[in-house]
Amino acid sequence: MNLTDLGIAAIRDGVRDGAFSAREVAGAFNAAIETGRALNAFTVETPEHALAAADAADAARASGDLKPLSGVPLGIKDLFATRGVATTAGSRILEGFEPRYESTVSANLFAAGAGMLGKLNMDEFAMGSSNETSAWGPVLSPWRRSDGGNAPLTPGGSSGGSAAAVAARLAPGVTGTDTGGSIRQPAAFVGITGIKPTYGRCSRWGVVAFASSLDQAGPMARDVRGCAILLEAMAGFDPKDSTSLDLPVPNWEAALSGDVRGKRIGIPKEYRIDGVPEEIDRVWEKGIALMRDAGAEIVEVSLPHTKYALPTYYIIAPAEASSNLARYDGVRYGLRVSPDNGNLTDMYEATRAAGFGAEVKRRIMIGTYVLSAGYYDAYFNRAQKVRALIARDFERVWGECDLILTPTAPSAAFALGEKSADPIAMYLNDVFAVPASLAGLPAISVPAGLNDEGLPLGLQLVGRALDEQGVLNAALALEERAGFTARPEAWW
Amino acid sequence: MTDYRIHGATGEWEVVIGLEVHAQVTSNAKLFSGASTEFGAEPNSQVSLVDAAMPGMLPVPNAECIRQAVRTGMALEARINPWSRFDRKNYFYADLPQGYQISQLYHPIVGEGEIEIWLDDKDEGSAKRIGVERIHIEQDAGKLMHDQHPSFSYVDLNRSGVALMEIVSKPDMRSPEEAGAYVRKLRAILRYVGSCDGNMEQGSMRADVNVSVRRPGGGLGTRTETKNVNSVRFIMAAIEHEANRQVDLLEAGGAIVQETRLWDPDKCETRSLRSKEEAHDYRYFPDPDLLPVELTDDFLLECRASLPELPDAKRRRYEAALGLSAYAASVLTADVITARWFESLLEQLGEEHAQRAGNWVTSDLFGALNRLGKTIEESPVSPAQAAELLRLTAEGTLSGTLAKQVFEIMLETGEDPAAIVEARGLKQTSDTGAIDAAIADVLAANPDKAAEYRGGKDKLFGFFVGQVMKAMQGKANPGVVNELLKKALS
Amino acid sequence: MSVDAATVRHIAKLARIAVSDAEVEALAPELNNILGWVEQLQEVDIEGVEPIPAVIPNSLRLRDDEVTDGGKREDVLANAPAAEHGFFAVPKVIE
Ligand SMILES: [Mg+2]
Ligand SMILES: [Zn+2]
Repeated sequence: MNLTDLGIAAIRDGVRDGAFSAREVAGAFNAAIETGRALNAFTVETPEHALAAADAADAARASGDLKPLSGVPLGIKDLFATRGVATTAGSRILEGFEPRYESTVSANLFAAGAGMLGKLNMDEFAMGSSNETSAWGPVLSPWRRSDGGNAPLTPGGSSGGSAAAVAARLAPGVTGTDTGGSIRQPAAFVGITGIKPTYGRCSRWGVVAFASSLDQAGPMARDVRGCAILLEAMAGFDPKDSTSLDLPVPNWEAALSGDVRGKRIGIPKEYRIDGVPEEIDRVWEKGIALMRDAGAEIVEVSLPHTKYALPTYYIIAPAEASSNLARYDGVRYGLRVSPDNGNLTDMYEATRAAGFGAEVKRRIMIGTYVLSAGYYDAYFNRAQKVRALIARDFERVWGECDLILTPTAPSAAFALGEKSADPIAMYLNDVFAVPASLAGLPAISVPAGLNDEGLPLGLQLVGRALDEQGVLNAALALEERAGFTARPEAWW
Repeated sequence: MTDYRIHGATGEWEVVIGLEVHAQVTSNAKLFSGASTEFGAEPNSQVSLVDAAMPGMLPVPNAECIRQAVRTGMALEARINPWSRFDRKNYFYADLPQGYQISQLYHPIVGEGEIEIWLDDKDEGSAKRIGVERIHIEQDAGKLMHDQHPSFSYVDLNRSGVALMEIVSKPDMRSPEEAGAYVRKLRAILRYVGSCDGNMEQGSMRADVNVSVRRPGGGLGTRTETKNVNSVRFIMAAIEHEANRQVDLLEAGGAIVQETRLWDPDKCETRSLRSKEEAHDYRYFPDPDLLPVELTDDFLLECRASLPELPDAKRRRYEAALGLSAYAASVLTADVITARWFESLLEQLGEEHAQRAGNWVTSDLFGALNRLGKTIEESPVSPAQAAELLRLTAEGTLSGTLAKQVFEIMLETGEDPAAIVEARGLKQTSDTGAIDAAIADVLAANPDKAAEYRGGKDKLFGFFVGQVMKAMQGKANPGVVNELLKKALS
Repeated sequence: MSVDAATVRHIAKLARIAVSDAEVEALAPELNNILGWVEQLQEVDIEGVEPIPAVIPNSLRLRDDEVTDGGKREDVLANAPAAEHGFFAVPKVIE
């Protein structure tokens, strides 16, 4: 048995039952990461951290006080501050930054017994859908097209390193963050499962901010159960985050059930958009059929403002980012570029020019523009109101259905470089993911099949606020019936 | 009151003044972090990771700062907004770690209010009401030091994130005196409420001074804003200088630019900051890290209930109920510490003696403290001791002169008056035997004067009184002395 | 509405990002495309719609006024590109 083939639950249970030691597990994944460097999934490898947690787990087992994640090694997206371990958010401007603090989410995972295999590569400041904006180079998807051509593919983004690591069996599970699809789209691109919980479920404290009103952390793993287990450990009220929800964390795993009989699954007609490849419609239809077969009731619903979600997002997210990223000024941490006998402003401008990549600069500029004098009402304030309408659409639709089923992304993984020239084409990747982000709703992506080129396609389930359980259960029903077992061949 | 006017070459000008006062909220911890607000600590020793704007750090508001702003608003009879919100004011500066200041633009916590000022302590008629536009809560910035290193400025973030109230007046002031009275009155109210210590030397209160000039009654002129003026004297001086500068400029055919200026206390002038000012565009928007501030009725009730009697109410009560003069009432209520001192004195002396006590405090005590260069907090004489001194005088145990002697000794030694009277035998006497003896001696020593008096030179009586008192070392009861002298001389 | 080179420079100035002439050339059309694309929001009827402060209902919690933090200068300065005598150091500011 190859330990790296095991998912979260199997590892946890195996360690508990003594089928193998936590140290063996950590060792196996540490080795896999070494051999998987060609994927560029990790920005930092922390084998000792994983081994130390493993030894603690083995000791805990001996003394009979195992924790929920004892023996489970995880990858942590580089957006999470990790004490004493370089945290760069995929940006040159944070090169060499070693936080003296631990993000609440990673701290929760470690407190639950998990170890850290390393930090995962990502789009710079989580701004991107292909991982090509990372200052540390793009992550390669472990998948390749079946056409024999070995065109390197994107794992999606911004949690591209997270997605690639799980798909390539370099980690059984990882953390991701999702501002406008950054967990769900990469999960779909590499054939794994990833859930963005309700906004406020996971603390944002210690997570490098992109767009505060949208950022949510979530788990990515090989299956639905793995996500349920990880989310349970990650989530929880945090008084250090004013937007954190003061609610108990449900026992999602214990209540996990693929029984969706009588559930009403909404199919939003506005999600059938022109120019989407037919393979996407096909997998969507497949998902609809599977849910019906599982005993769910399929109802067509309408989310009239869907088409405005993406432009709304591309005003609000850059606006918040332009302000959130002002702190990267070369004064207290990270990169500083000081032109000879330049003044403070020269230092700011040189530092930020050298430290930020093209996409981040683009979004800071857009955000600065839409907030600037004379444009605030026309752009930002209007977008805030449209956001309210989009949230209202969902509110209304919950009267007609319990969950919404859509494709996760409008296409399968594309080749590196294919879209990087055209920002808007890149943004369109998140057309199906963004509405749930704007409404703060829980949403999951589950692998549902392969396209003709042998690449994974994912389906998205969106639920009511706080109904992660409903989302996970419906996802499990899909997973059980989709029978997705495909995995990339190790070419790395 | 007579209107303040600047007499220019082309005629008279009226000055229009509005003030934005930044008052540091009295709190243990900062507005959005748990770091201390203590003044004068080691550089960067009172800085949390939030104040240093480390990546991923988030603000959590301090309840006390909200409460103090609300209580201050109530003290200014202002509208309290049960729903307010924090906005980000975006700009880059080395003392602003986040790259934005968390403030309140669109929905401040306190709306319109009023402050009554008196230009003349003695004259109710000099009262004027100055409008308050709003009060909002915001973060203070850090401190820059430019003189420590040839090529570096140093940044200390201890102040970064300390809570400020920005109290914005309406452009209702028309003279430096009115502005000075406004700031003094505002400071007094803040100190009564306990929401700000009003310590201008330590920067707990700073004012941005908005000044414009116009022909009397004409339309508003273009205003300039002189930033961070940190004493009442400087505020008044800055207004006077700036108003005259504007008049000279206008009369020379120039135009006023709306700009930010800086007060130079050494040169005693305002200077333009245009040099280092490129177009400001603060890009305010609601802070997505924070939810709206929604005040509950219970919270508001507690704020209201915890307000002390305020200076105006106190002054009116001192006049109406205690019968103090307008002057004494306003002097005794001008600062919360003085009022507390006076009231603890009254507690022990009894309110029926309020007038005498008031006069004694405003004349004898203040006179002495002035002489000693001490504040009332440093007074060597406690309210209890003062009460005892006044009681001894009231009983007739001490004459006015004796009381003054005893008071002087109290100031030096801090001893209780009774003890002093005992130890030094300073009791006043009505012992007729001793007084008659003294009179006999005086008359024997001055037979000629006695004859002149008896011959009708009445005004010599005072001379004999003085001599007798002298012989009695001032301890004789003046009434008795008069009576017995008259007998002896008739 | 169209973003010209001057506007790009002004925005870059506000954002404190140095831009070369070549970058300005490249950015102007890019920003125009994106802004032109989001223009479609102008067609949405937002009559009487108010922004929602929090899409997931939640209310602000206030912290007690207790000193629970600070006293960690070493941590605060640990990552500073330039720190001296307990201060952050920046290019001299002339006021
Ligand atoms: Mg101001
Ligand atoms: Zn202010």
